[in-house]
Amino acid sequence: MQINDILQKIKEKFPSLETVALPNALVIPQSSLFEVAGFLKNEMDFENCHCITAVDRKDKMEVVYHLYSTCNRLMLTLKTIVELNDLTVESLTPFWKSANWLEREVYDLFGIKFLNHPDLRRIMNPDDWTDFPLRKDFKRLDFIPRPQTMGLKG
Amino acid sequence: MIQMVAAGLSCLGFIAVSAMFLIWLERKVSAWIQNRLGPMRTGFQGALQPVADTVKLLLKEDIAPQGIDTLSWWLAPFFVTVPSVMAFVTIPFSSRWIPRDLNVGLLYICSITSVCVLGIFMAGWGSNNKYSLLGGMRSAAQIISYEVPLLLSVLIVVMETGTLSMQGIVQAQHGLWFIAKPHLALAFLIYLISATAEVNRVPFDIPEAESELVAGYHTEYSGMKFAMFFVAEYTNVFIVSAVATTLFLGGWQGPFLPGVVWFLLKTYGVISFLMWMRWTLPRLRMDQMMSFAWKVLTTLALVNLLVSGWMMVR
Amino acid sequence: MNQEELIINMGPQHPSTHGVLYLELKLNGEIVLDCKPHLGYLHRSIEKIAENRTYTQFIPFTDRLDYLASMNNNLGYCLAVEKLLNVEVSPRAQYIRVITAELNRVASHLVAIGTFAQDLGAYATPLFYAFRDREKIVEIFDEICGSRLTYNYMRIGGLSGDMTAGMDKSIKDFIAYERKMLVEYNELLTYNAIFLARSKNIGILPKELALNYSVTGPNLRASGVKWDLRKDEPYLLYDKFNFEVPTGIVGDAWDRFKVRLEEIAQSLRIIEQALGALPEGNPISKVNRVFRGTGESYMRTENPRGELGFYIVAEGGFNPYRCKIRSPSFSNLAVLPELIKGLNVSDTVCVLGSLDIVMGEIDR
Repeated sequence: MQINDILQKIKEKFPSLETVALPNALVIPQSSLFEVAGFLKNEMDFENCHCITAVDRKDKMEVVYHLYSTCNRLMLTLKTIVELNDLTVESLTPFWKSANWLEREVYDLFGIKFLNHPDLRRIMNPDDWTDFPLRKDFKRLDFIPRPQTMGLKG
Repeated sequence: MIQMVAAGLSCLGFIAVSAMFLIWLERKVSAWIQNRLGPMRTGFQGALQPVADTVKLLLKEDIAPQGIDTLSWWLAPFFVTVPSVMAFVTIPFSSRWIPRDLNVGLLYICSITSVCVLGIFMAGWGSNNKYSLLGGMRSAAQIISYEVPLLLSVLIVVMETGTLSMQGIVQAQHGLWFIAKPHLALAFLIYLISATAEVNRVPFDIPEAESELVAGYHTEYSGMKFAMFFVAEYTNVFIVSAVATTLFLGGWQGPFLPGVVWFLLKTYGVISFLMWMRWTLPRLRMDQMMSFAWKVLTTLALVNLLVSGWMMVR
Repeated sequence: MNQEELIINMGPQHPSTHGVLYLELKLNGEIVLDCKPHLGYLHRSIEKIAENRTYTQFIPFTDRLDYLASMNNNLGYCLAVEKLLNVEVSPRAQYIRVITAELNRVASHLVAIGTFAQDLGAYATPLFYAFRDREKIVEIFDEICGSRLTYNYMRIGGLSGDMTAGMDKSIKDFIAYERKMLVEYNELLTYNAIFLARSKNIGILPKELALNYSVTGPNLRASGVKWDLRKDEPYLLYDKFNFEVPTGIVGDAWDRFKVRLEEIAQSLRIIEQALGALPEGNPISKVNRVFRGTGESYMRTENPRGELGFYIVAEGGFNPYRCKIRSPSFSNLAVLPELIKGLNVSDTVCVLGSLDIVMGEIDR
């Protein structure tokens, strides 16, 4: 089974869904992520939620899920675009328990809230901290982002 | 009077020196087992290391944490140390070298060493530390359970000799050590295992359990108080080995060499065996250790007692 | 009788939490009712650092993730960037990569075995034995790349230097030596009655739970899942070598220990084959130190502790736009609260030791 087959199956199951297939990823709207994830877990044998992370694109954020199916030996990258004024995604902890800590990490570093998460606390930074360090606009007096140079001084 | 004071002082001196020597020996034995050198910088083969350690411990600040139970915190080191010193009263180093040969010597030793558990529990309770509390609880349960097989195995020796005097027991082994007789060899085994548990050594170091409870009941102690726990531990090791020597290995008896030398040789042999065990085996779990005491050791000791009693009256 | 729960803060300073892990244990007597891990004492925001360094400059930082398996981290990162840029790597460099990565796996498993025995209360002796053997590997690495812990050996498109002359002999000597020592570990630990009593049927991790928690590496294999990226999705040259994937049966602490011990033997086999087939050539990287990249890549490699993933997003700059590190210990630790419920404090330490975590890559 290849990524195109998966895409086909998802299209059949959710005809109203608009998915965009990047070279190696599916982009799924924020609102239908939970249903698609449930379908992938229960019917497509993606029993492993390998990695959850986010990418700050400055004008929007991407939440990236790497799902894995050990029986099909297939890795699927799901992406969800979240707008800056609505940084919420449905939590996937009902399907994959590994999502628990991974989502907490994304919340901690990016400030994306996961709805219905059982224990959404900061995981690495102090609980009373208000910043989100992996955002591109993160600024502190003692942290100055390096300019994009050749890596040399200047 | 002067004689008694001199005997007491020399006994205390021996205890201090023996504890220091044992600490050095343990570090060297462990280093030998673990492909290391151990202490090497202080004196020949690091022989002065215990002295340096003692001086360091004496000079250390005596820290008392907040919220301690002051009385038991202060008394605990004494309750641990004093009984182990007192136990020396009836240890026969040779035919003449014995501070006092009580006619209930064995009973005296067994009862006086049991007081230690009180001190350990007081330390665990008084420290206001949860690890210490757990260590103290474990210790109380462990020492009391292992007292039973220990006494049952000692009882066989008493039945064999008909005396509680330590010198009497040694003299009864003239010609043949008790370990050579099968039922007493079994008793020796039971005694050795229970004694290891009594002095909290691996595989029964559950009250201390460095990797679980940090240091168990003496986590919070520092300086001189810690040194007292340390000295008590090694003194106890010496005592159980000395008792094992006296009861089962013929005590100070042996050809050619003087009695003291034979006694110390045998005792340090038993101690070395305990050290070998300590640096080789993993630790048991609390419940496994308890079930081993009650289900295996106590049963074995009782059956042994019964069978040897039956053999004697037959 | 009024029963109260005892809350114990195990860590961040504790002899057997493998670094600076802080477990909040809720106890009834000694039985663990609940466990709450708190992380972050070693958080250095390495992912943010990646965004402020060029691709090559970030390689030394990967050393600091799983500091017991720096070579494997180097390898994972370099493979991810090479996948992004489609760089060819010379055969000799690939073989040396396999050899160093497997040697480091042996070193890492040795530490895991030693510390596990230490957690079970075998006072330092197995630990010293393990470190004695690891020392030989570390000396080989010292000879190859000049450092003993943080190697910074691999480069994008190759290596920083060739293997020094005579190295293959000392590696072969080590293999022969270690095979003898594995027998000794079995005699000292594996079938010791106390060791068995302490670790058998403790902390059983069922297959389904392990997959659901995304547990990987020896911990997953101990649960009976025959899954090894080197075998199932071969990267580098792993499809050229003969080796077995050891698996456990029940998934208890003992199985996890045993799987690691067997993996050492398999790694030795791989190293032996790679040394035999080592081609001539120049392994030194010819890629420019500074370059731009576009696109994104996700590369997983089989680290000693599980699957290490690097997710690199590039937007045309000299630096990665985003670099996510999926560390195996992070997911392996997440399963701990499920495993230790109902066990006692001693078993907590045993289970934690058998999971073999490294805080450096959990906190990142």
